[in-house]
Amino acid sequence: MQRYEDVVIPMQANLKDIEIINQTALDDFDALIKSRPYDIFSDDDIDYLNELSRVLLKDQRTRSYPDVATFSFFCRRSNLIGLKNKFKIEGRIEVGRGILFHIAPSNVPVNFAYSLIVGLLSGNINIVKVPSKNFEQVEIIVNAINNLSRDRRYKSVSNRIFLVKYDRDNNHATKYFSSICNVRIIWGGNESIRRIRENALPPRAFDVTFPDRYSLCVINADSYIAEKNTSKVAEGFYNDTYLFDQNACTSPHLIVWLGSKQNVKKSQSIFWHSLHALVKDRYTLQSVQVVDKITEFFNQSLNIEGIKKSKTKDNLLWRIKLERLDGNIEDFRCSGGYFNEYHASSISEITSVINTKYQTMSYYGIPKKELIEFIHQEKPNGIDRITPIGKTMDFSFNWDGYDLVHTLSRVIEVS
Amino acid sequence: MNIDALFNINPYSLGKKEKSKLLSNYLAELTRHHYMKSVHYKAMVDAMSFDINSEVTYTELPFLPVRLFKLNHLSSIANKDISKTMISSGTSGQQPSKIFLDKETSLRQTKVLAKIVSEFTGSTRSPMIILDSISVLKNRNMFSARGAGIIGFSMFGTKRVYALKENMELDIESLGAFVRDHQESRIFIFGFTFMIYKHFIKELQKKKINLDLSNAILIHGGGWKKLESQSISPKEFKKLLADLTGLKSIYDYYGMVEQTGSICMECEYGHLHTSIFSDIIIRRPYDFSVAEIGEIGIIQTVSILPKSYPGHSLLTEDEGILLGEDDCQCGRLGKYFQVIGRLKNAEIRGCSDTYAS
Repeated sequence: MQRYEDVVIPMQANLKDIEIINQTALDDFDALIKSRPYDIFSDDDIDYLNELSRVLLKDQRTRSYPDVATFSFFCRRSNLIGLKNKFKIEGRIEVGRGILFHIAPSNVPVNFAYSLIVGLLSGNINIVKVPSKNFEQVEIIVNAINNLSRDRRYKSVSNRIFLVKYDRDNNHATKYFSSICNVRIIWGGNESIRRIRENALPPRAFDVTFPDRYSLCVINADSYIAEKNTSKVAEGFYNDTYLFDQNACTSPHLIVWLGSKQNVKKSQSIFWHSLHALVKDRYTLQSVQVVDKITEFFNQSLNIEGIKKSKTKDNLLWRIKLERLDGNIEDFRCSGGYFNEYHASSISEITSVINTKYQTMSYYGIPKKELIEFIHQEKPNGIDRITPIGKTMDFSFNWDGYDLVHTLSRVIEVS
Repeated sequence: MNIDALFNINPYSLGKKEKSKLLSNYLAELTRHHYMKSVHYKAMVDAMSFDINSEVTYTELPFLPVRLFKLNHLSSIANKDISKTMISSGTSGQQPSKIFLDKETSLRQTKVLAKIVSEFTGSTRSPMIILDSISVLKNRNMFSARGAGIIGFSMFGTKRVYALKENMELDIESLGAFVRDHQESRIFIFGFTFMIYKHFIKELQKKKINLDLSNAILIHGGGWKKLESQSISPKEFKKLLADLTGLKSIYDYYGMVEQTGSICMECEYGHLHTSIFSDIIIRRPYDFSVAEIGEIGIIQTVSILPKSYPGHSLLTEDEGILLGEDDCQCGRLGKYFQVIGRLKNAEIRGCSDTYAS
């Protein structure tokens, strides 16, 4: 591999304005970038992550951050073994592609950590740009990583982790890391992707990008009407939406109702009412979001005929009733509680509007079998994930239609 | 609808009850007018399920967020009747607002501005200093907010001088000569707050120039956003001007290109006043209900002037406080208020931009 010789600029110069936030990697960046890939799902990595999970769960602060707690559970051995069984193909030799350069989103605290573990388990060396904002969640996880880095047993894994923070305008750093990586993983924002892509990659390297997406939720009112624990459904929906300001790529903006007219009407009333109670209790609405909502609503009314705002008590929750489903519906969205609603005669009615921008379809009251059938029969242009309400944010090694482990590793054929 | 009768009375002479009745009539009529004339406006009002024939007070009429004028061309006249297009100073990266005027609306704006401002300057015209550069007026068909302001206020001047050269440098020779030539008269000065600070106050300070404007009156507008970032308060702004030039009569105003003409002038007590041609409603962000006196909220502005475009009831992106109604010490009737500033940008979570700050 010629890779390292290609780097003309001395490394030190490029790392000048970078804050390196994990400890051991600092002494020996050269060794880090020259280390060799691992097998996918290696025992070392699983041991390491299991220990990381233990350290995190011991940290008092983890309890106050559900996202850190969820991450800790994800890293437990039992979960990882399950994933190994699912993804590792017996008899096939698969090792990491080399150096991954991860660029994590600036406003989702733990995303960087998931990106990192999939990088480790696919056998790679990881340079991770963590959010430049100061999130305590990041601090907790970095602290745990630093704890492990002092432990000799985990040295080889620790040496494959290089966490950096730097200003988004520091293009030298992005340029340099791009020039030495084998895969660059860019987490969203179309504009971010465009700007980062201005930095060349080595010929064999490639990008895995997670651009802006659109998500929807399908609720079968005929089942929902019988739901006893409606507040639990609301809780799940709240976590899918308001918990991240309805601004995660997985957050639904379009709610498609199925079922009889009467059941839909009743269900809507119950569903939104129970959600509203939660939002009122937990969500802080910022004034400018309210202006955003009303602006988006009027803008939508100028572009989509026949929409009506449903009466709501306040501005925490805006519901927009659609008369029909237009192909450009995904253009009219707003964060912080703005929902388009449509009553469809069947799930297949929505196929025509689904394009490649559609990512997550969350659902309630539809048998899994029917969902699989829907995909097989309709083969919509978009939708990469179908999850129950409340599970849209759950990280999976299949993301945005990529099988991440196999995308980030290479298969070696011996014949 | 005729507003001529209103020109015969003082613009601050109607108490709460009378003014509310007047505004309700005029604004409901304007709402119906735009509903009939603008398909866009109709679509929006229908989407809100608002019945335009319902008898409501003006606070219950629909309001459009000002940002909409940046996203869409909203007009209630045929293209051939457009006599002027005004554009707002769009913040960087944003589309500017476009406001379409016909002769009638444009004339109303001029007349109302004259009516309001002459309450402060007196009805005779004076020699005028414009604290800006003539280059702002280059394109006569597309008026920027600054250009529109300058042209609007120019009617109060007899002789006019632009204090800034084309390169925005202070033209101290012309200015000095103008002040000397008009020692005997009361000079009227107009400019935009930030421009005045940056190109006038700062220059006078830097070059240690003394200019005697103790007999002049200054009217300025355009907002405090840029000065806030330099931590210059309205009080300090006035003090700097008084120290450097002896200026004592300084009046800020609150207005926007989307509702040109019916501006809110600051009184001697530092309060912004609505005239009989307009009103403000402070709304609670939580549910858009009307806030109490003393409560911070989003400013909605209504004006009875906009006939050529549906801008008679607008939700701004400013925060403000209603200080009182009909009882300001200055004696003017109507609501008086204070502008806090722009709504803060939202800090939102979610996997949008890795490049967002």
